[in-house]
Amino acid sequence: MTEVPVLAAHGLSKSFGAVRALQDVSLTLHAGEAHALAGENGAGKSTLIKILAGVHRPDTGQLLLDDAPVAFHGPADARDAGIAVIYQEPTLFPDLSIAENIFMGRQPRRTLRRIDRSAVRDATAALMRRLGVDLDPGRPARGLSIADQQIVEIAKALSFDARVLIMDEPTAALTGSETARLFAVVEALRAEGAAVLFISHRLAEVFRLCRRVTTLRDGRRVATDEVEALTEDDLVRRMVGRDLDELYPKQEAELGGTALSVRRLTREGVFHDVSFDVRRGEIVALAGLVGAGRSEVVQAAFGVDTPDAGEVHVAGRPLRRGSPTAAMDAGVALVPEDRRQRGLVMEMSIERNIGLTGLGRLGSAGLVQRTLERGRAADWAARLRLKYGRLTDDVGVLSGGNQQKVVLAKWLATEPTVLIVDEPTRGIDVGTKAEVHRLLSELAAGGLAVLMVSSDLPEVLGMADRVLVMHEGRLVAEIPRAEATEESVMTAATGRGTGEAAA
Amino acid sequence: MKSLGTYLRWDTAVGILLIAVFLAGTSSTDGFASSGNLSAALNDTAEIALIALPMTLLVVAGQVDLSVASMLGLSSALAGSLWDAGYAFELIVPLCLLAGAAGGLLNGWLVTRVGLPPLAVTIGTLTLYRGLASVVLGDKAVAGFPDDYARWAAATETVPGTFVPYPIALFAVLAVLAAVLLHMTGFGRSLYAIGAQEEAARFAGIRVRRVKLALFVVSGLMASFAGIVYTLRYGSARADNGLGLELVVIASVLLGGVDFNGGKGTLGGAVAGVLLIGLLNNLLTLNDVANEIRVIVTGLLLIASVLTPRAVSAVAERRNRRLAASP
Repeated sequence: MTEVPVLAAHGLSKSFGAVRALQDVSLTLHAGEAHALAGENGAGKSTLIKILAGVHRPDTGQLLLDDAPVAFHGPADARDAGIAVIYQEPTLFPDLSIAENIFMGRQPRRTLRRIDRSAVRDATAALMRRLGVDLDPGRPARGLSIADQQIVEIAKALSFDARVLIMDEPTAALTGSETARLFAVVEALRAEGAAVLFISHRLAEVFRLCRRVTTLRDGRRVATDEVEALTEDDLVRRMVGRDLDELYPKQEAELGGTALSVRRLTREGVFHDVSFDVRRGEIVALAGLVGAGRSEVVQAAFGVDTPDAGEVHVAGRPLRRGSPTAAMDAGVALVPEDRRQRGLVMEMSIERNIGLTGLGRLGSAGLVQRTLERGRAADWAARLRLKYGRLTDDVGVLSGGNQQKVVLAKWLATEPTVLIVDEPTRGIDVGTKAEVHRLLSELAAGGLAVLMVSSDLPEVLGMADRVLVMHEGRLVAEIPRAEATEESVMTAATGRGTGEAAA
Repeated sequence: MKSLGTYLRWDTAVGILLIAVFLAGTSSTDGFASSGNLSAALNDTAEIALIALPMTLLVVAGQVDLSVASMLGLSSALAGSLWDAGYAFELIVPLCLLAGAAGGLLNGWLVTRVGLPPLAVTIGTLTLYRGLASVVLGDKAVAGFPDDYARWAAATETVPGTFVPYPIALFAVLAVLAAVLLHMTGFGRSLYAIGAQEEAARFAGIRVRRVKLALFVVSGLMASFAGIVYTLRYGSARADNGLGLELVVIASVLLGGVDFNGGKGTLGGAVAGVLLIGLLNNLLTLNDVANEIRVIVTGLLLIASVLTPRAVSAVAERRNRRLAASP
């Protein structure tokens, strides 16, 4: 490879606050090459793409375009340099036509600055012919399938004479035939000399489409390999291979009776036929890739979403569908993934947030007794070692880790028998993370049934007695602690070898 | 350094302003502080004050009901038409209240079950209810309501030993109940949570839709009751009674420091806002200020009430940033 790469990144690093998202990552893209970017959730793929797309600026490191250093001050700079990004969920204007979407803001003009509609149409039709697809330029974007919307985005990229096409999990929402059409388009562009950077969790696609693959892990580049020299298992090992540290103080707990039983739970188009049990004293992890439907399953079990079919039993008694209140009365608690939108009322005080789950229990006749409210908050703040100024401070002023402790306090104060936690340690510092793990372990040892959704594999392996793995809305594997490895979980999560992993 | 906001909350500031206006009125304008004038001034705001109570709860929960004045008109028209047809007034009152509850139920149903934004829904029913009022009574005016009830609503009849007219006495009792509900109960806490972050409220197991539905029903109920008070007070049932009153109600509530975006505000502040606008109007009228000017003053006051807290916090923030920047 002696030719000059179209786009090269050298030693890119990027931190967000205390989180080091990327450290010293390099990548080269050649004309006519399809290059895959692999890595777990949180490995730094999105950050890297956003730097290439001009959304973020790297703290250190350099971008080279045709061997000349460039600095992007915004997405428009990257676009003008010929770099186009196709996101998983395209963002078209639904009420404009395909042609108008493609030429938004730069329509060909006639005299008096009137938009030349026929020129817009013709140019769009030409782009569609070049991509070999049959889409009417005059059709409104509303109602287009995700696959067609992506085609429109690609056509838009072509109209900018893009030489580098970055595709962020483009196939996640596509059917088999749509994927095949997308690949044909990508293959044609690559043959024309475009460089393609392709991100997918589906390893088979990486092997089918790409020539080289760069693997990221924890913000660092692990390797760049020729795809031909790799097996899928090699790639999985590169993605996940790391040591477990002491972050996971899992205690042995005696398992009791079944606390939570989910039976054939289904929400059309989201997840199907999901059944599992969680026993007292047990920590069960729900693993899988982002978008596999894990959060949706636990939200339906708790009742904030209404399932289409299936049942949830708590301690043997069926729960009323779609009623969080019924779930709470039965002793279920859900710590949601999105702290800022769902876990907390950000502009409310710490004590009121903690009180929010017990409004009926903080006094008699519907009244809230301030002393009880304060006492509940103070008690749990102390037990979770919350760092705060005053309990009347807005919860929004706390750090992420302490906010998460408030969410936990709010739910533990309901004295649940089943605790569901969705990404309990996402975005919080390592110290607090270890505290949360210790807490979960102690609670389970005390007889609580814990169901933990997590995309953090070491956390899953470190904390869980049993790992349930979801792939595309279905439960595909159940792996006991002794057999759970990063490879066995990732294998199931990426939808390979379903049969053997479930055995 | 603490900002002004730390020492003085907006609702307290409105309360102080209210007292200042009262004192200024007493010293500058003859007859302002007379019990007769105060009775009249208070009673003139009776409907606004009554409707402002459920409106405060709605706005705290991030909702709004613009159909209240139309519901007042519909209730008035209904009362007039039934009275004309010879029904007993004792039967007319519950029927009007029933209509109010039904109207509120429709608003609440459209918002919580169909999922439409409250602003859009109640702009629609604002027109709908006023239209129904015209259908019920046409452009007639019905008078001659029973004297006992008319006297109850009039400013000339007050609670013995005070200058407080009966509708205002009832308002005072309801205001205390509403304040307890908003500030001392779990229901009240849930209103703030819904207004500030509806998703988080739902995830905390609060029955968001049921709570909103209840608020709209109470709002409709109160508006129809205010319709009866209005009819008796003016002794005339008309389809266009209380035209445009919804804006005065909302202006008063916002003036009292209730955040239109939901999640913030106190009932005391809203009551102070209502009384401030009422007293100011009375004072300007006594001083022969033209109606147009009174409307302008109210408008400016409202803008100031929305602007001032923001300006104060912006200044405080800039100062904090400067302090943070300097070593």
